[in-house]
Amino acid sequence: MKVRLWGTRGSLASPGTDTARYGGNTSCVEVRGAAGDVLVIDAGTGIRRLGRTLAGVSRVDVVLSHLHMDHIQGLGFFAPLHDRAVETHVWGPARSADDLAARLRRYLSPPLFPVRLRDLPRLVLHALPAGAFDVGELRVAAEPVCHPGFTVGLRVAADGATFAYLSDHEPALGVPDFPTRAEWTSGYGVAREVDLLLHDAQYSLAEYPDHVGWGHSALDHTLAFARLAGVKHLVTFHHDPWHGDDDIERLTAEARARIALPCGLTIGAEGAVFDLPAPARG
Amino acid sequence: MSQKPIELILMRQLADSLAMPIFLVDHEGTLVFYNEPAERLLGRRFDETGEMPVGEWATVWQPADADGTPRPVEQLPLAITVAERRPARGDFWIHALDGTPRHIEVTALPLIRVTDELVGAVAVFWELPS
Repeated sequence: MKVRLWGTRGSLASPGTDTARYGGNTSCVEVRGAAGDVLVIDAGTGIRRLGRTLAGVSRVDVVLSHLHMDHIQGLGFFAPLHDRAVETHVWGPARSADDLAARLRRYLSPPLFPVRLRDLPRLVLHALPAGAFDVGELRVAAEPVCHPGFTVGLRVAADGATFAYLSDHEPALGVPDFPTRAEWTSGYGVAREVDLLLHDAQYSLAEYPDHVGWGHSALDHTLAFARLAGVKHLVTFHHDPWHGDDDIERLTAEARARIALPCGLTIGAEGAVFDLPAPARG
Repeated sequence: MSQKPIELILMRQLADSLAMPIFLVDHEGTLVFYNEPAERLLGRRFDETGEMPVGEWATVWQPADADGTPRPVEQLPLAITVAERRPARGDFWIHALDGTPRHIEVTALPLIRVTDELVGAVAVFWELPS
Protein backbone atom coordinates (compact mmCIF):
# COMPACT_ATOMS: atom_id res chain seq x y z
CA MET A 1 0.00 0.00 0.00
CA LYS A 2 1.30 3.44 -0.95
CA VAL A 3 0.08 6.67 0.61
CA ARG A 4 0.75 9.93 -1.21
CA LEU A 5 -0.05 13.37 0.15
CA TRP A 6 -1.57 15.84 -2.33
CA GLY A 7 -2.73 18.43 0.16
CA THR A 8 -1.60 18.88 3.75
CA ARG A 9 -2.86 22.34 4.69
CA GLY A 10 -5.75 22.89 7.07
CA SER A 11 -8.73 25.20 6.79
CA LEU A 12 -7.69 27.34 3.82
CA ALA A 13 -5.46 26.86 0.79
CA SER A 14 -2.31 28.84 1.57
CA PRO A 15 0.06 29.04 -1.38
CA GLY A 16 3.18 31.15 -1.03
CA THR A 17 6.92 31.10 -0.68
CA ASP A 18 6.63 30.57 3.07
CA THR A 19 4.53 27.39 2.65
CA ALA A 20 6.32 25.86 -0.34
CA ARG A 21 8.12 23.07 1.57
CA TYR A 22 5.06 21.56 3.26
CA GLY A 23 2.51 22.77 0.75
CA GLY A 24 -0.47 25.09 0.53
CA ASN A 25 -3.17 22.78 -0.82
CA THR A 26 -5.89 21.55 1.50
CA SER A 27 -6.47 17.94 2.51
CA CYS A 28 -6.18 15.23 -0.11
CA VAL A 29 -4.48 11.84 0.15
CA GLU A 30 -4.14 9.06 -2.41
CA VAL A 31 -3.98 5.44 -1.24
CA ARG A 32 -3.01 2.78 -3.76
CA GLY A 33 -3.03 -0.94 -3.23
CA ALA A 34 -0.45 -3.29 -4.68
CA ALA A 35 -2.89 -4.27 -7.44
CA GLY A 36 -3.45 -0.63 -8.37
CA ASP A 37 -6.81 0.09 -6.72
CA VAL A 38 -7.12 3.79 -5.99
CA LEU A 39 -8.72 5.36 -2.96
CA VAL A 40 -8.77 9.15 -2.60
CA ILE A 41 -9.33 10.55 0.86
CA ASP A 42 -10.84 14.03 0.97
CA ALA A 43 -11.30 16.46 -1.87
CA GLY A 44 -9.42 19.54 -0.74
CA THR A 45 -7.64 21.65 -3.32
CA GLY A 46 -4.88 19.03 -3.58
CA ILE A 47 -7.26 16.76 -5.50
CA ARG A 48 -6.95 18.88 -8.67
CA ARG A 49 -3.39 17.77 -9.38
CA LEU A 50 -4.14 14.19 -8.33
CA GLY A 51 -6.97 14.04 -10.89
CA ARG A 52 -4.57 14.67 -13.74
CA THR A 53 -2.55 11.57 -12.85
CA LEU A 54 -5.51 9.18 -13.04
CA ALA A 55 -5.81 8.93 -16.81
CA GLY A 56 -6.74 5.43 -17.84
CA VAL A 57 -8.55 4.35 -14.68
CA SER A 58 -12.16 3.27 -15.12
CA ARG A 59 -13.22 3.71 -11.51
CA VAL A 60 -12.08 5.91 -8.66
CA ASP A 61 -13.41 6.03 -5.10
CA VAL A 62 -13.29 9.24 -3.06
CA VAL A 63 -14.01 9.08 0.67
CA LEU A 64 -14.86 12.36 2.38
CA SER A 65 -14.03 12.47 6.07
CA HIS A 66 -16.51 15.33 6.51
CA LEU A 67 -18.02 18.11 4.49
CA HIS A 68 -16.19 21.21 5.69
CA MET A 69 -15.19 23.42 2.77
CA ASP A 70 -11.45 22.70 2.91
CA HIS A 71 -12.23 19.01 2.38
CA ILE A 72 -14.59 19.36 -0.59
CA GLN A 73 -13.48 22.52 -2.37
CA GLY A 74 -11.46 20.64 -4.98
CA LEU A 75 -14.24 18.21 -5.89
CA GLY A 76 -15.53 20.28 -8.80
CA PHE A 77 -12.00 20.41 -10.24
CA PHE A 78 -11.38 16.65 -10.06
CA ALA A 79 -10.96 15.65 -13.70
CA PRO A 80 -12.41 12.10 -13.42
CA LEU A 81 -15.76 13.61 -12.37
CA HIS A 82 -16.09 15.18 -15.80
CA ASP A 83 -14.83 12.14 -17.73
CA ARG A 84 -17.50 9.83 -19.16
CA ALA A 85 -14.98 6.98 -19.20
CA VAL A 86 -14.61 7.04 -15.41
CA GLU A 87 -17.13 6.04 -12.77
CA THR A 88 -16.51 8.11 -9.66
CA HIS A 89 -17.87 6.85 -6.36
CA VAL A 90 -18.00 9.43 -3.56
CA TRP A 91 -18.50 8.16 -0.02
CA GLY A 92 -19.34 10.58 2.75
CA PRO A 93 -20.75 10.88 6.26
CA ALA A 94 -24.51 11.22 5.85
CA ARG A 95 -27.77 9.47 6.72
CA SER A 96 -28.22 8.28 3.13
CA ALA A 97 -26.95 8.85 -0.42
CA ASP A 98 -29.76 11.38 -0.92
CA ASP A 99 -28.72 13.19 2.22
CA LEU A 100 -25.10 13.27 1.00
CA ALA A 101 -26.28 14.65 -2.36
CA ALA A 102 -28.28 17.37 -0.63
CA ARG A 103 -25.27 18.38 1.46
CA LEU A 104 -22.84 18.43 -1.47
CA ARG A 105 -25.35 20.35 -3.58
CA ARG A 106 -25.02 23.30 -1.21
CA TYR A 107 -21.59 23.84 -2.75
CA LEU A 108 -21.90 22.18 -6.16
CA SER A 109 -24.69 24.41 -7.48
CA PRO A 110 -25.05 28.07 -8.47
CA PRO A 111 -24.27 30.63 -7.23
CA LEU A 112 -21.28 28.99 -5.50
CA PHE A 113 -20.35 26.72 -8.43
CA PRO A 114 -21.44 26.75 -12.08
CA VAL A 115 -21.74 22.97 -12.59
CA ARG A 116 -24.58 21.16 -10.87
CA LEU A 117 -24.11 17.82 -9.16
CA ARG A 118 -26.70 16.23 -11.47
CA ASP A 119 -24.68 17.26 -14.53
CA LEU A 120 -21.67 15.14 -13.55
CA PRO A 121 -21.85 12.15 -15.90
CA ARG A 122 -20.95 9.08 -13.83
CA LEU A 123 -21.06 10.08 -10.21
CA VAL A 124 -22.32 7.55 -7.66
CA LEU A 125 -22.86 8.70 -4.07
CA HIS A 126 -22.79 6.50 -0.99
CA ALA A 127 -23.42 7.24 2.67
CA LEU A 128 -20.54 5.75 4.61
CA PRO A 129 -21.71 2.41 6.02
CA ALA A 130 -21.50 1.60 9.72
CA GLY A 131 -19.10 -1.28 9.15
CA ALA A 132 -16.05 -1.68 6.93
CA PHE A 133 -16.32 -1.75 3.15
CA ASP A 134 -13.96 -2.70 0.34
CA VAL A 135 -12.48 -0.59 -2.41
CA GLY A 136 -10.86 -3.33 -4.44
CA GLU A 137 -8.12 -4.75 -2.29
CA LEU A 138 -8.38 -1.92 0.25
CA ARG A 139 -10.54 -2.48 3.33
CA VAL A 140 -11.86 0.82 4.65
CA ALA A 141 -13.44 1.40 8.06
CA ALA A 142 -14.93 4.74 9.09
CA GLU A 143 -15.64 5.73 12.69
CA PRO A 144 -17.09 9.03 13.97
CA VAL A 145 -14.52 11.17 15.79
CA CYS A 146 -14.38 14.40 17.77
CA HIS A 147 -14.72 17.31 15.33
CA PRO A 148 -17.67 19.69 14.81
CA GLY A 149 -20.26 18.21 12.45
CA PHE A 150 -20.46 14.57 11.38
CA THR A 151 -16.79 13.64 10.87
CA VAL A 152 -15.15 10.26 10.53
CA GLY A 153 -11.64 8.95 10.96
CA LEU A 154 -10.59 6.29 8.48
CA ARG A 155 -8.60 3.12 8.85
CA VAL A 156 -7.40 1.47 5.65
CA ALA A 157 -5.94 -2.02 5.56
CA ALA A 158 -4.45 -4.01 2.72
CA ASP A 159 -2.21 -7.04 2.65
CA GLY A 160 -1.35 -6.75 6.33
CA ALA A 161 -0.43 -3.05 6.31
CA THR A 162 -2.58 -0.42 8.05
CA PHE A 163 -3.02 3.31 7.62
CA ALA A 164 -5.14 5.71 9.70
CA TYR A 165 -6.38 9.13 8.64
CA LEU A 166 -7.48 11.59 11.32
CA SER A 167 -7.10 14.90 9.55
CA ASP A 168 -9.46 16.94 11.70
CA HIS A 169 -9.49 15.65 15.23
CA GLU A 170 -9.57 17.06 18.74
CA PRO A 171 -9.26 14.08 21.09
CA ALA A 172 -8.15 16.36 23.94
CA LEU A 173 -11.45 18.25 24.05
CA GLY A 174 -12.71 18.22 27.62
CA VAL A 175 -9.78 16.10 28.82
CA PRO A 176 -7.52 18.37 30.91
CA ASP A 177 -5.05 15.56 31.66
CA PHE A 178 -4.98 14.22 28.08
CA PRO A 179 -4.24 11.50 27.27
CA THR A 180 -5.85 9.22 29.81
CA ARG A 181 -7.76 6.01 29.10
CA ALA A 182 -7.43 4.62 25.59
CA GLU A 183 -10.97 3.25 25.42
CA TRP A 184 -12.32 6.74 26.26
CA THR A 185 -10.18 8.51 23.67
CA SER A 186 -11.68 9.63 20.38
CA GLY A 187 -9.94 8.05 17.40
CA TYR A 188 -8.15 5.36 19.37
CA GLY A 189 -10.01 2.54 17.64
CA VAL A 190 -9.12 4.00 14.25
CA ALA A 191 -5.44 4.52 14.98
CA ARG A 192 -4.56 1.64 17.27
CA GLU A 193 -1.17 0.19 16.30
CA VAL A 194 -1.33 1.27 12.66
CA ASP A 195 1.78 1.36 10.53
CA LEU A 196 1.14 4.96 9.53
CA LEU A 197 -1.00 7.62 11.18
CA LEU A 198 -1.80 10.92 9.50
CA HIS A 199 -3.06 13.23 12.23
CA ASP A 200 -4.27 16.78 12.69
CA ALA A 201 -1.49 18.99 14.08
CA GLN A 202 -2.93 22.43 13.52
CA TYR A 203 -1.95 24.38 16.59
CA SER A 204 0.93 24.93 18.93
CA LEU A 205 0.25 24.19 22.58
CA ALA A 206 0.25 27.95 23.23
CA GLU A 207 -2.35 28.56 20.50
CA TYR A 208 -4.67 25.75 21.54
CA PRO A 209 -6.46 27.44 24.49
CA ASP A 210 -7.88 30.08 22.12
CA HIS A 211 -9.21 27.35 19.79
CA VAL A 212 -10.71 24.79 22.16
CA GLY A 213 -13.74 23.17 20.55
CA TRP A 214 -12.74 24.11 16.99
CA GLY A 215 -12.03 20.44 16.31
CA HIS A 216 -8.24 20.45 15.98
CA SER A 217 -5.21 19.34 17.93
CA ALA A 218 -2.18 20.97 19.42
CA LEU A 219 1.05 19.31 18.29
CA ASP A 220 1.69 18.04 21.81
CA HIS A 221 -1.71 16.33 21.80
CA THR A 222 -0.98 14.79 18.41
CA LEU A 223 2.27 13.28 19.64
CA ALA A 224 0.67 12.08 22.87
CA PHE A 225 -2.21 10.52 20.93
CA ALA A 226 0.20 8.67 18.61
CA ARG A 227 2.04 7.32 21.64
CA LEU A 228 -1.22 6.21 23.30
CA ALA A 229 -2.35 4.46 20.11
CA GLY A 230 0.98 2.70 19.70
CA VAL A 231 1.39 3.71 16.06
CA LYS A 232 4.55 2.85 14.17
CA HIS A 233 4.95 6.15 12.36
CA LEU A 234 3.27 9.53 12.75
CA VAL A 235 2.83 12.11 10.01
CA THR A 236 1.58 15.52 11.08
CA PHE A 237 -1.11 17.01 8.86
CA HIS A 238 -3.66 19.81 8.47
CA HIS A 239 -1.09 22.51 9.12
CA ASP A 240 -2.47 25.87 10.21
CA PRO A 241 -2.69 28.36 7.32
CA TRP A 242 -0.95 30.95 9.51
CA HIS A 243 2.07 28.68 10.04
CA GLY A 244 4.88 29.04 7.51
CA ASP A 245 7.34 26.21 6.90
CA ASP A 246 9.82 27.54 9.45
CA ASP A 247 7.07 27.86 12.06
CA ILE A 248 5.98 24.25 11.47
CA GLU A 249 9.52 22.95 11.89
CA ARG A 250 10.15 24.98 15.04
CA LEU A 251 6.82 24.09 16.67
CA THR A 252 7.25 20.40 15.83
CA ALA A 253 10.76 20.35 17.33
CA GLU A 254 9.46 22.06 20.48
CA ALA A 255 6.61 19.56 20.87
CA ARG A 256 8.96 16.66 20.28
CA ALA A 257 11.26 17.93 23.01
CA ARG A 258 8.33 17.88 25.45
CA ILE A 259 6.67 14.61 24.41
CA ALA A 260 8.69 11.42 24.21
CA LEU A 261 7.57 9.65 21.07
CA PRO A 262 8.54 5.99 20.65
CA CYS A 263 7.93 6.01 16.90
CA GLY A 264 9.02 7.86 13.79
CA LEU A 265 7.71 11.36 13.08
CA THR A 266 7.49 13.12 9.74
CA ILE A 267 6.04 16.53 9.05
CA GLY A 268 3.42 16.01 6.35
CA ALA A 269 4.57 17.56 3.09
CA GLU A 270 2.74 17.81 -0.20
CA GLY A 271 4.15 15.18 -2.57
CA ALA A 272 5.46 12.89 0.16
CA VAL A 273 4.96 9.18 -0.48
CA PHE A 274 4.89 6.50 2.21
CA ASP A 275 5.32 2.91 1.12
CA LEU A 276 3.81 0.49 3.61
CA PRO A 277 5.20 -2.93 2.84
CA ALA A 278 3.25 -6.06 3.63
CA PRO A 279 4.65 -7.75 6.73
CA ALA A 280 7.02 -10.65 6.08
CA ARG A 281 5.33 -14.03 6.24
CA GLY A 282 6.61 -17.39 7.38
CA MET B 1 -9.01 -2.91 23.77
CA SER B 2 -11.90 -1.34 21.91
CA GLN B 3 -12.92 2.29 21.99
CA LYS B 4 -16.26 3.67 23.17
CA PRO B 5 -18.44 5.38 20.56
CA ILE B 6 -17.57 9.05 20.19
CA GLU B 7 -21.02 10.09 21.45
CA LEU B 8 -20.38 8.33 24.77
CA ILE B 9 -16.91 9.85 24.98
CA LEU B 10 -18.26 13.37 24.42
CA MET B 11 -21.15 12.76 26.83
CA ARG B 12 -18.72 11.61 29.52
CA GLN B 13 -16.57 14.69 28.96
CA LEU B 14 -19.64 16.91 29.25
CA ALA B 15 -20.78 15.05 32.37
CA ASP B 16 -17.35 15.54 33.90
CA SER B 17 -17.80 19.30 33.59
CA LEU B 18 -21.34 19.54 35.01
CA ALA B 19 -22.65 19.85 38.56
CA MET B 20 -25.72 17.67 37.93
CA PRO B 21 -25.53 13.95 38.73
CA ILE B 22 -25.24 12.07 35.42
CA PHE B 23 -25.28 8.33 34.75
CA LEU B 24 -24.22 6.94 31.36
CA VAL B 25 -24.96 3.54 29.82
CA ASP B 26 -24.06 1.95 26.49
CA HIS B 27 -26.46 0.55 23.89
CA GLU B 28 -26.97 -2.64 25.93
CA GLY B 29 -27.72 -0.71 29.09
CA THR B 30 -24.35 -1.46 30.68
CA LEU B 31 -23.29 1.27 33.08
CA VAL B 32 -20.10 2.80 31.68
CA PHE B 33 -19.75 5.97 33.77
CA TYR B 34 -21.23 8.26 36.37
CA ASN B 35 -19.82 11.63 37.36
CA GLU B 36 -18.73 13.06 40.70
CA PRO B 37 -22.11 14.61 41.61
CA ALA B 38 -23.67 11.18 40.94
CA GLU B 39 -20.99 9.57 43.11
CA ARG B 40 -22.16 11.74 46.03
CA LEU B 41 -25.78 10.71 45.40
CA LEU B 42 -25.07 7.03 44.86
CA GLY B 43 -22.65 6.76 47.76
CA ARG B 44 -19.65 5.28 45.97
CA ARG B 45 -16.96 6.43 43.54
CA PHE B 46 -17.28 5.17 39.98
CA ASP B 47 -13.69 3.93 40.11
CA GLU B 48 -14.81 1.58 42.90
CA THR B 49 -17.93 0.25 41.19
CA GLY B 50 -16.66 0.17 37.60
CA GLU B 51 -18.79 -0.90 34.68
CA MET B 52 -21.90 -2.96 35.47
CA PRO B 53 -24.45 -4.77 33.33
CA VAL B 54 -28.01 -3.52 33.57
CA GLY B 55 -29.14 -6.45 35.70
CA GLU B 56 -26.59 -5.48 38.33
CA TRP B 57 -26.92 -1.71 38.50
CA ALA B 58 -30.71 -1.97 38.40
CA THR B 59 -30.64 -3.83 41.72
CA VAL B 60 -27.49 -2.75 43.54
CA TRP B 61 -29.03 0.59 44.58
CA GLN B 62 -32.30 -1.17 45.48
CA PRO B 63 -34.72 1.06 43.54
CA ALA B 64 -38.14 0.97 45.15
CA ASP B 65 -41.47 2.76 45.38
CA ALA B 66 -42.30 4.93 48.38
CA ASP B 67 -43.91 1.93 50.14
CA GLY B 68 -40.76 -0.13 49.72
CA THR B 69 -41.95 -2.28 46.80
CA PRO B 70 -38.93 -3.03 44.61
CA ARG B 71 -39.03 -1.24 41.23
CA PRO B 72 -38.50 -3.82 38.45
CA VAL B 73 -35.68 -3.11 36.05
CA GLU B 74 -38.02 -2.74 33.07
CA GLN B 75 -39.77 0.12 34.88
CA LEU B 76 -36.61 2.15 35.46
CA PRO B 77 -36.38 5.20 33.19
CA LEU B 78 -32.93 4.32 31.79
CA ALA B 79 -33.98 0.75 31.00
CA ILE B 80 -37.11 2.06 29.26
CA THR B 81 -35.00 4.50 27.26
CA VAL B 82 -32.59 1.79 26.08
CA ALA B 83 -35.35 -0.69 25.28
CA GLU B 84 -37.66 1.76 23.52
CA ARG B 85 -35.23 4.43 22.23
CA ARG B 86 -37.26 7.22 23.78
CA PRO B 87 -36.96 9.65 26.70
CA ALA B 88 -38.38 8.45 29.99
CA ARG B 89 -38.66 9.89 33.47
CA GLY B 90 -39.72 8.78 36.90
CA ASP B 91 -39.10 9.09 40.60
CA PHE B 92 -38.32 6.38 43.12
CA TRP B 93 -36.23 5.62 46.20
CA ILE B 94 -32.77 4.18 46.24
CA HIS B 95 -30.38 3.05 48.93
CA ALA B 96 -27.06 4.78 48.35
CA LEU B 97 -24.11 2.49 48.94
CA ASP B 98 -23.15 4.53 52.00
CA GLY B 99 -26.49 3.41 53.50
CA THR B 100 -28.44 6.62 52.93
CA PRO B 101 -31.97 6.29 51.53
CA ARG B 102 -32.66 8.92 48.85
CA HIS B 103 -35.74 9.93 46.90
CA ILE B 104 -34.61 10.72 43.35
CA GLU B 105 -36.11 11.87 40.11
CA VAL B 106 -34.52 10.56 36.92
CA THR B 107 -34.81 11.86 33.37
CA ALA B 108 -33.28 9.56 30.76
CA LEU B 109 -32.52 10.38 27.12
CA PRO B 110 -31.40 8.08 24.33
CA LEU B 111 -28.13 8.83 22.51
CA ILE B 112 -28.85 8.15 18.85
CA ARG B 113 -26.13 8.60 16.26
CA VAL B 114 -26.74 10.60 13.07
CA THR B 115 -27.04 7.26 11.25
CA ASP B 116 -29.96 6.30 13.55
CA GLU B 117 -27.98 3.83 15.64
CA LEU B 118 -28.59 3.77 19.39
CA VAL B 119 -25.17 4.09 21.02
CA GLY B 120 -26.31 4.52 24.62
CA ALA B 121 -28.39 6.59 26.99
CA VAL B 122 -27.83 9.24 29.61
CA ALA B 123 -29.76 9.91 32.80
CA VAL B 124 -29.81 13.08 34.84
CA PHE B 125 -30.62 12.49 38.50
CA TRP B 126 -32.16 14.89 40.95
CA GLU B 127 -32.63 14.33 44.67
CA LEU B 128 -36.13 15.24 45.81
CA PRO B 129 -36.91 16.60 49.27
CA SER B 130 -38.01 13.68 51.42
